[in-house]
Amino acid sequence: MQKRAKFGIGIGVIVISLGFLAWMGYGESKTYYHTIAELQTLQGASLSHRMRVGGTVEPGSIRRLSGRVDFVLQGEGKSLPVSYVGSEPLPDTFVDKSQALVEGRPAADGRFVAEHVQAKCASKYEAAPGGTPTPAGGEARTSTM
Amino acid sequence: MDVFGSFALLLAFVCAVYAFIGGIAAIRTRHPLLVKSTRQAGLATCGLIFLATLSLEYLFFSDNFSVAYVVAHSNRSLSPFYKVAALWAGQEGSLLFWSFLLAVYVFSALIAYRNKNGELMPYVGVVLAGVQIFFLTLNNFVASPFKALGVPGVNGAMDLVARGDGNGLNPLLQYPEMVIHPPNLYSGYTGFTIPFAFALGALLARYPGEKWIHLTRKWTMIAWGFQTAGILLGAHWAYAVLGWGGYWAWDPVENASLLPWLTGTAFLHSVMMQEKRGMMKVWNVWLVFCTFLLCILGTFLTRSGVVSSVHAFASSNIGNWFVGFIAIILLVCLTAYFKNRDYLKSENQLDSIVSRESSFLFNNLILLVSCVAVLSGTLFPVFSEWFTGDRISVGTPFFNKVNIPIGLLLLFLTGVGPLLAWRKTSLDSLKRNFGWPLLMGLVAGAIAFPLGVRGFYSLICLILCVFVASTITMEFYRGAKVIRARSGASFLASAVDLTMRNTRRYGGYIVHMGMVLIFIGIAGTAFNKDIQKEMQIDSSMQIGPYSLLLQNFDTKQEKNYTAERMIIEVTRDNKPVMMLYPERRIFPANQASGTMVAIYSTLKQDLYVVYAGQSPDTQAPVIHVYLNPLVKCIWFGGVVVVLGTLVALLPNRRAVLVLAAVQEPTRVKSMAGTLTPSPTLREGHD
Repeated sequence: MQKRAKFGIGIGVIVISLGFLAWMGYGESKTYYHTIAELQTLQGASLSHRMRVGGTVEPGSIRRLSGRVDFVLQGEGKSLPVSYVGSEPLPDTFVDKSQALVEGRPAADGRFVAEHVQAKCASKYEAAPGGTPTPAGGEARTSTM
Repeated sequence: MDVFGSFALLLAFVCAVYAFIGGIAAIRTRHPLLVKSTRQAGLATCGLIFLATLSLEYLFFSDNFSVAYVVAHSNRSLSPFYKVAALWAGQEGSLLFWSFLLAVYVFSALIAYRNKNGELMPYVGVVLAGVQIFFLTLNNFVASPFKALGVPGVNGAMDLVARGDGNGLNPLLQYPEMVIHPPNLYSGYTGFTIPFAFALGALLARYPGEKWIHLTRKWTMIAWGFQTAGILLGAHWAYAVLGWGGYWAWDPVENASLLPWLTGTAFLHSVMMQEKRGMMKVWNVWLVFCTFLLCILGTFLTRSGVVSSVHAFASSNIGNWFVGFIAIILLVCLTAYFKNRDYLKSENQLDSIVSRESSFLFNNLILLVSCVAVLSGTLFPVFSEWFTGDRISVGTPFFNKVNIPIGLLLLFLTGVGPLLAWRKTSLDSLKRNFGWPLLMGLVAGAIAFPLGVRGFYSLICLILCVFVASTITMEFYRGAKVIRARSGASFLASAVDLTMRNTRRYGGYIVHMGMVLIFIGIAGTAFNKDIQKEMQIDSSMQIGPYSLLLQNFDTKQEKNYTAERMIIEVTRDNKPVMMLYPERRIFPANQASGTMVAIYSTLKQDLYVVYAGQSPDTQAPVIHVYLNPLVKCIWFGGVVVVLGTLVALLPNRRAVLVLAAVQEPTRVKSMAGTLTPSPTLREGHD
C-alpha cells in the first residue's frame, strides 16, 4: 500500500505542478478572436484582452511611417484603423486587398495597436502539404520563438 | 492518363472493399481460399494505388495542363526535381500521396507475413483495408486529383479547357527540404497504421501472448524514425526558408506532427515493460490506438484548417469526413477493448519506485502530459468557442511553460532509466552507475555559471546533458572494455562490436545521445540575439564577433523568378570569413515572393541574415541579422537519432563462442552455424 502511495504522490506532484505552469502560461498568452464588428461592441474589461482580429487590407490605406505602419482593415462592412508597432518587418504577402490577421490590443482612441501581423494573398494558394507550418499556406509570420 | 489514373483509383477502392468484406467473411468461415483471395485483393489495392500515383506524376512530367491539379501546382519551367514534389503540393495530391505511402506499408506487411501468423493476418488485413477504404473514398469521391480543368460554359455546364501553362509551384515549397520533408513526415503518419492494425487485430483475434509486440517493433521504429526526421526537416525548412530566425513556433500544423511522435515515443518505451514483465497491456494497446488517432487528427488539422480560422480553405468540406472517420475508429477501438479486455490482464505489479519499470512509467506519464498539453493548446480555440462562445487561442508562452520542464524531466529519465535494474535497484548500483556522471554534470554547471549561463533552465539543461552523455559514454566504455580484454581489438572496434551484438540496446543509446544534442541546441535559444538595420552600400554593422559590410545591392534574373539580393561580406577580427547573399525572389507565374535566408553556420553559432525589404522612406535595403547559438547541434542531433534508429533496426550479430585461444579457426567456423544461444551464452558477451 505504501508503494502505491509513493507512486500516487510522485504522479500527483508532477501533474499538479505542470498544471499550474499551464495555467500561468494560459493567463499570459490567451488571445481572443474577434471580428471587426464584434470589436466595436466590446465594453469594459474585455477591451483590455489581448486579441486577434482578421480582415482585408483596404486598398491604398497602407501608410509606412517612422516606427509604425498604419493601415485599415475591412470586414463585414465595417472598418478598423490599425497601427502596427512591432519590430519585425511586415511579411511579403502584406499588400492591398490581402487577408490579414493582426494581434494586439485596442487603444483608447479606437485605433487597434498590433504587435504581430500575419497576411496571406487572397485565394492565391492552397494549403501547404501536411506538416509544414501554416506560413506555407501563403502567409508569413512576424513572430519569433 | 488522367482517365487511367482515376480508373485505377476506382478499381483500388473496389479491391479494398472486397479485401474488407471478404476478409470479415474469411475470419468467420476460415475458408483458406477466401483468406488467400482477400490477401491478394489487398495486394491488388496497393498495386493500383501505385499506378494511380505514377500516372499523376506522368501528368506533371508531360505538362498536361488540362488537369486542374497540374495547372494549380506546376508550370513548364518548373524543374523536374520539383515536379516530383508538386505531387503533394495541394490537398488532392497530398491525400493521394497518403494512400500511396500507406499502400507501400500494407504491401510490405502483406508480403512479409504471407506465410506466417495465419491466425492473426486476416484480422490485420481487414483493419488495413478499412483504413485504405477511407482514404480511397477521399481520393475517388471527395478530392480527386484527376479532375479535368473546366470553366463555366454558356449554358451553365462546365466546358473542358486546356491551358498553355500552369500557375507554378508555391515558391515557399521550391526548396530542397520541401521535397524530402513531406515524404518523411507522411511516412511517419502512415507508418503507425501497421502497429495499429496489429494491435487491433490481436485484440480482436485474442491472439495469444506478446507476439504482436514483437511483430510490430520494427514497424513502429521505422514509423517513429520517419516521424522524427520529418519533424526536424520541417523545423529546418521553417528555419531556412521562412526567415523569422526560429524553427519552431507551436503552430497548429507543427503541433499536429508532434502529437503522434509523443505518444509513439511513449509506446516504444512502454512495450518493453510488456515484453519483459507482462505489464501495461491495456496501456500499450491504448497508446498505439491513440497514436494512430493522432496521426489521423494531424492529417485532419493540416488539411481542414479547423484551428486557424482565417486560414480555412473555403472550398473544402473534407473536415467532416475526417471527424467521421476518427469517430468510427474510436468506436471500433472501444468496442474491441470492452469485449476483450480480460485478455489484457497484467501479469505483474510494480515492485519499487526506484526501478526500470517506474522510470518507464514516469517517462510515459510526462510524455502523455506533454501530449495532452499540446493537444489542448492546439484545439483550445475550437473548444473555448464551444463552451464559452469566445474563440480564445493560447500562444508560445503556454506551450513553453509546460514543455520545457517536461523536456528536462525526460532528459533526466533518459540518463537514469536505462541503468536502473528491473524490479528494484540497490543503493550500491545507484552509486556505481550515477556517481561519476552526476559529478561531471555538476562540474560542467560550475564551469558554465561564471561563463554567463545564468538562466535556471539553461543551467539545469546543461548539467543534465552532461550527466546523460556521461552515463551513455560509460555504458559504451564498460562494455567495450570487456570485449577489448578478450579480443584485444582497438577500443573503437570493440565499441562497434558491442553495438552490433545488441543493436537494440546500443542503438537506443545512440538515439538518446542524439536527443541530448537536440536539447543542447534548443537550450541555445536562450542566448539568441538579433538586430534590424537599414544599410547603405559600403556601410557596415556588428553583431557578436562578426562584422557585416554591404558591398552591393542588385537584381538578378533567373529562369523562374527575379531576385533582389544583398551582397554582404562577413569579417571577423578584420579577417574575411565569407560572402552572404540574402535575397528575395519574385515569381511572376503566381505573383508571389519568397525570402532566401543566408546562413553562415558554425558548430558554435549561426549567423542568420535576412533581406527584409526596402525602407519605405529612403529605399535603402533593410537587413535583419540573427545570431543563434548552437542551432547546428539540433540538425546534427537529428542525424544521430536517425542513425541510432537504423542501428536498432539491424539484427543482432550472432555471438560467436570463443572457447579458447588455441581453437582452430576452421573448427570455430564450422561450429558457428550450429550454435544456438544457451544459458551460458549471455547477450552482449562472448
